[in-house]
Amino acid sequence: MNITKSYVAKSVERMRPSGIRKFFDLAATMEGVVSLGVGEPDFVTTWSVREAAINSLERGFTSYTANAGLIALRTEIARYMSERFHVEYAPKEEIIVTVGASQALDIAMRAVTDPGDEIIVVEPCFVSYAPLVELAGGRAVTIGTTGETGFKLQPEQLEAAITAKTKAVLLCYPNNPTGTQLEREDLELIADIVRKHDLLVIADEIYAELAYDQPHTSIAALDGMRERTILINGFSKGFAMTGWRLGFTCAPKEISSAMLKIHQYAMMCASTPAQYAAIEALQHGMGDVESMKKDYRRRRNYMVQSFKEIGLDCHLPGGAFYVFPSIQSTGLTSEQFAEQLLLEEKVAVVPGSVFGEGGEGYIRCSYASSMSQLQEAVKRISRFLDKQKGRAI
Amino acid sequence: MKLNEKEVEILEILQKDARFEATDIAKMIGLSEAEVAETIRRLEEEKVIVHYATLVDWAKMDNYTGVTAMIDVKVTPKRGVGFDEVAERIYRFKEVSSVYLMSGVYDLSVTVEGKSMNEIARFVSEKLSTLDSVVSTTTHFQLKKYKHDGMIYASKREDNRIVVSP
Repeated sequence: MNITKSYVAKSVERMRPSGIRKFFDLAATMEGVVSLGVGEPDFVTTWSVREAAINSLERGFTSYTANAGLIALRTEIARYMSERFHVEYAPKEEIIVTVGASQALDIAMRAVTDPGDEIIVVEPCFVSYAPLVELAGGRAVTIGTTGETGFKLQPEQLEAAITAKTKAVLLCYPNNPTGTQLEREDLELIADIVRKHDLLVIADEIYAELAYDQPHTSIAALDGMRERTILINGFSKGFAMTGWRLGFTCAPKEISSAMLKIHQYAMMCASTPAQYAAIEALQHGMGDVESMKKDYRRRRNYMVQSFKEIGLDCHLPGGAFYVFPSIQSTGLTSEQFAEQLLLEEKVAVVPGSVFGEGGEGYIRCSYASSMSQLQEAVKRISRFLDKQKGRAI
Repeated sequence: MKLNEKEVEILEILQKDARFEATDIAKMIGLSEAEVAETIRRLEEEKVIVHYATLVDWAKMDNYTGVTAMIDVKVTPKRGVGFDEVAERIYRFKEVSSVYLMSGVYDLSVTVEGKSMNEIARFVSEKLSTLDSVVSTTTHFQLKKYKHDGMIYASKREDNRIVVSP
């Protein structure tokens, strides 16, 4: 019998594919591309960490772990979160090891969203947030931050977006794609509103290790916030372990057990060798994190300063590994800019518009690349801008 | 000599790659180009920056016969000058590329570079062993250089990351 209908769910049919895909497809066919489009570290995972995974395989640790992850790893995570970010979580009941921060986001959304619940998503942001909210049956209500405020969420913006249906606010600082960091005093203002309206915060703090000017403040560390926050973190960015797919959630017991239900049915547990590697990373890897961070910080300074010199207005991002310069002076949309830059000068950047409201007029440039690549990229972008000026006259 | 944070940063950057120019270092650490250039000049003058050189993988050259040996040297220190005098007598030889005073079972670790094994053998038997203070030598020839001064020689690191990712 012929197939007469689409088997794909309406909700999935409605989803738009990620805007990044288009640039990936285009860039992948070209030779000699200098890419500032990569959202992951250029460092390879520290050898001692890789070696720990190899050792675990040699010893035959190839079975499932507890659903929430190896207790030894959760204990290390609890210690790490306490020492680094001054937040206390019980390893047995409040920490779940996940398959990357991405899966952590997914179980967080699904655990708290009832049909029709509104989740506030602060844009520009990582491309999965709104789709994950919708897959969980909620409605993503977006707030667009702007370049004028350095892409910091303004308390009045948050206040204005809250309705009777609002369940949670999804925050990501240090931010992908803007690199913006909210310092303690910024977070206090946000936390006041969250408490006032009795909301939950889902805090994606995957870039927490990569904060360059002030040590990262976790929103869960503020008064009265721990009980209303799901913290999401992981090993991908700070520890240069993207391909291992290992993240974790920290949340009060009730929410954690709800997330664990989903996690045990949908995932069972995170990869065992990766979990052993992560134990090593937390026990002995902090020195390497610091040295990578030092490199990133220098590259950030270099990029911001270089962009200013070639006429691209750029705020100094406090964290992550992205700079988010304005390209409005060229008169191009961010998508036109990115496409022409790729075709003419073979530099891959990501148009700000793919990250949602507030992103138009900006491009995301990752500086997770060697200094020589960054120098070459700046040279090419400068040449591109000169040609643009020539055209405008 | 007390170094400030920026001076240390400049040294760290140059130690990784001596070819960074003052203009780029300036952007990386938030100083002016002139300040960086002046700091580098001062560090050179103070001999904190000792020298700039290039790591060469001579093994890549066809018919290259050069050899390197690491020699453990036991010596008798002298009253008043300790190991310094004999160390100096050794490091003055141009064949000697490094000399370290070591803890442990021997005293000086001497690296010698020569055109051939014979040349090094001659150096050890005629020059080094014959020094008054030298008690004994143990010569180890290097067979292959895997990593030197933090750089891995054999590997060609590829960037396996996908070109654009979220």
